[in-house]
Amino acid sequence: MRLEPRIASPAQTILYPVAAFAATFAFAALLVLMAGVSPLGVFRLVFLGAAGSQFALLETLTRATPLIFTGLAVTVAFRAKLWNIGAEAQLYIGAVVTVVLGTGAVAAPSWVLVPLIALAAMLAGGLLLLGPALLKTRFGVDEVVTTLLLNFIVLLFVSMLLEGPLKDPMGLGWPQSQRVVAEAQWPRLVQGKRLHMGFPVAILAALAVWLMLARSVLGYEMRAVGHNAAAARFAGIPVNRVLALTALISGGLAALGGVSEVSGLKGNLTLDLSPGFGYTGIVVAMLALLHPLGVVASAIFVAGIFVGADAMSRAVGVPSYIADVMTATALLTMGTAIVFTRYRIRWR
Amino acid sequence: MTGAAAAPVVLRLEGVTKRFGPLTANDAISFALRRGEVVALLGENGAGKTTLMSILFGHYLADAGRVAVEGRPLPPGDTRAALAAGLAMVHQHFTLADSMSVLENIALGTQPLWSPRLDRGRALKRIREMSADFGLEVDPAARIADLSVGERQRVEILKALYREARVLILDEPTAVLTPQESEALFATLRRLVARGLAIIFISHKLGEVMAVSDRVLVLRAGRLVGERATAETDRHALAELMVGAEIARPDIGPAQPGPALVEMKGVTVGGLGPIDLTLRGGEITGIAGVSGNGQAALAEVLSGTLAPEAGTLAIEGRAAGAWSPRAALASGIARVPEDRHGVGVIGDMSVTENLVAEAYRAPAFSRRGWMKRPAARDFARRVIRDYEVKCPGPEAPARLLSGGNMQKLILGRALDGAPRIILASQPTRGLDVGAVAYVHARLLEARARGAAVLLISEDLDEIMALSDRIHVISRGRLSPASARGELSIREIGARMAGLGFDHAA
Repeated sequence: MRLEPRIASPAQTILYPVAAFAATFAFAALLVLMAGVSPLGVFRLVFLGAAGSQFALLETLTRATPLIFTGLAVTVAFRAKLWNIGAEAQLYIGAVVTVVLGTGAVAAPSWVLVPLIALAAMLAGGLLLLGPALLKTRFGVDEVVTTLLLNFIVLLFVSMLLEGPLKDPMGLGWPQSQRVVAEAQWPRLVQGKRLHMGFPVAILAALAVWLMLARSVLGYEMRAVGHNAAAARFAGIPVNRVLALTALISGGLAALGGVSEVSGLKGNLTLDLSPGFGYTGIVVAMLALLHPLGVVASAIFVAGIFVGADAMSRAVGVPSYIADVMTATALLTMGTAIVFTRYRIRWR
Repeated sequence: MTGAAAAPVVLRLEGVTKRFGPLTANDAISFALRRGEVVALLGENGAGKTTLMSILFGHYLADAGRVAVEGRPLPPGDTRAALAAGLAMVHQHFTLADSMSVLENIALGTQPLWSPRLDRGRALKRIREMSADFGLEVDPAARIADLSVGERQRVEILKALYREARVLILDEPTAVLTPQESEALFATLRRLVARGLAIIFISHKLGEVMAVSDRVLVLRAGRLVGERATAETDRHALAELMVGAEIARPDIGPAQPGPALVEMKGVTVGGLGPIDLTLRGGEITGIAGVSGNGQAALAEVLSGTLAPEAGTLAIEGRAAGAWSPRAALASGIARVPEDRHGVGVIGDMSVTENLVAEAYRAPAFSRRGWMKRPAARDFARRVIRDYEVKCPGPEAPARLLSGGNMQKLILGRALDGAPRIILASQPTRGLDVGAVAYVHARLLEARARGAAVLLISEDLDEIMALSDRIHVISRGRLSPASARGELSIREIGARMAGLGFDHAA
């Protein structure tokens, strides 16, 4: 069996991803059947839970917001072939900066404090990724390893902060920070609902990343470095500098996700601020084929599955883990579909 | 090799046709290969030689036609059947495991998986016998990584013989050899056919084809356009068959040497040097040598991708400061890199984006951090027209271009600003005759307007045809320059093998 390169027809480039989603649902249906429940009923409940009401829809968009930020962070880095697996850590650093500056340390009106926190958090997240990037360019240290392991270091660091300096004295002993002051909060979009300003900011970020990648000099350099670093270096593109800037932008985007979660949604920092948004961001970016605008769509899709599965599992006895299975399967089938748009299989 | 015409046919192709969309890569090709003959398969790049061989080995399925080995039809698309039938191929890029010994490489895959261990004694004996019989000397215990390129090629041939190949296919086997090593290879081939092997010799070098073959098959644009007995034809006739028209020889006037534009003194880096090298305006300076003798490092120094570890580099009389690709470009050096696909272009980016890769920061192509896309596209359209780059359009990904058009793209990018200094590293490797002539013409044009050209090539004919001065590079050292026509091809060959060098110095 061999793979033979080909150029897929337009119909195939649409058909294969559609088939990938069909396969994902078919596989999930099989598991649901094994649980003794009707798959169609379950999918209906997942859909209704994700988009069946205004509440459900807003909840899905709320859940999609951090995924857009981490998905963009991964997209920017992966486009330059900087394998940032550490969006989780960068998100938490952004959240730490938010509570350090936003719980009373800086007294300023909202229009100063909100941008100040955002910029400081982005800088911190960027610097957190700059370290692994420099280790890669200077010493050839694999950034997959360093960024991945930094996730655990940072999570333990946050745990230490929440048991020590950042611990809320009024928190009844729980490892949580104080709430951010009103001037640091991001406004809610709909009265009485959880959707907050983070969502439009995430959309703006996606547009900015898209423009940057497609039209700017830096975006051109990043794509050149990602596609062929040797050729980029030969043509005079400063590869190491481009990778450093990529790290700052990517880490900054993930950190902004942390700011958005604390200032827009939760109000304080806890150890369960992110149920793996950094890792899911990788799935989101890959499903979007590393396209910044696609990231918005795929983040909403992935968030919808999770939110819908939660609602579904409350109604019938199928565990919400089905959401993890479905996103993982979607990633695999989509990856396979992309291979098929580029290659055909020869069986002999 | 006379009397081969009466010998039995070992390989027969009948009407083999292969289409890739609108392109017919092989159009009803039929020929027969007999025991004990060397048939040269001659053709430009893209003429269909590689496709034909891929069909033989089952990598592609032919749309029509049959292949038979010793009268038995070969099942299409079955690589193992082809190997079992006695077909063997020595590729340009060797397929050897570097960290294993010669013996292990040869015997690898010839024994059943479940046999507990290699029967070393028996394998060793057979390899020794074959080495002696065919003049393929190589130490069976040596590690591949320690062997020269010529020795590795011998291992590849031994590997084929060990598997009792009856048809041996050699793909551009002399590309990596010195003239002397090539002579030795030809002698080996003659011994092999004397023992009843049949050989297909793929090449586009006419001299070799005349020297080694009994019969020549000429492919052009997918069709078999001629079949000649070697004894009854000559180089010129074959060249015309291959290209389909009279080839214009470049008309090279006397050099008008200008000032020294590049001066290297005692430059040392990696396995190169110390070397002294001066490039003058209005001259082409050729560097001849077998690959892997320091050419790559020399090219990298001039490209700016490597800074000299010792010695001085002066451009137009001024010492080069902090050295980088950008610094090299800023000092007016145009670079044509050796590895087109890996270094010359970014395959997944568009022709336009590739064309501005060296100049995108100039005000013409960007302003305040944003690319000027219309300007870039206009520039690309002009280069595509001026340099005759055949491509679907300025937005097509560069990887869709053929080798020759990719090289034209790189030439357009490098030469468009009328640079004073030009580095051309293996500029015609793997190109068809038409593209080669184009590249040569552009280099000669640059020479005529007073540019200094450094031509690094493993093609000795090319070096001798174009260069006003020739240095030979061997083990990282440069020979003294010789003027055009001063040394014969044999004398240069001797220098390429390291003779006449003072390596101790």
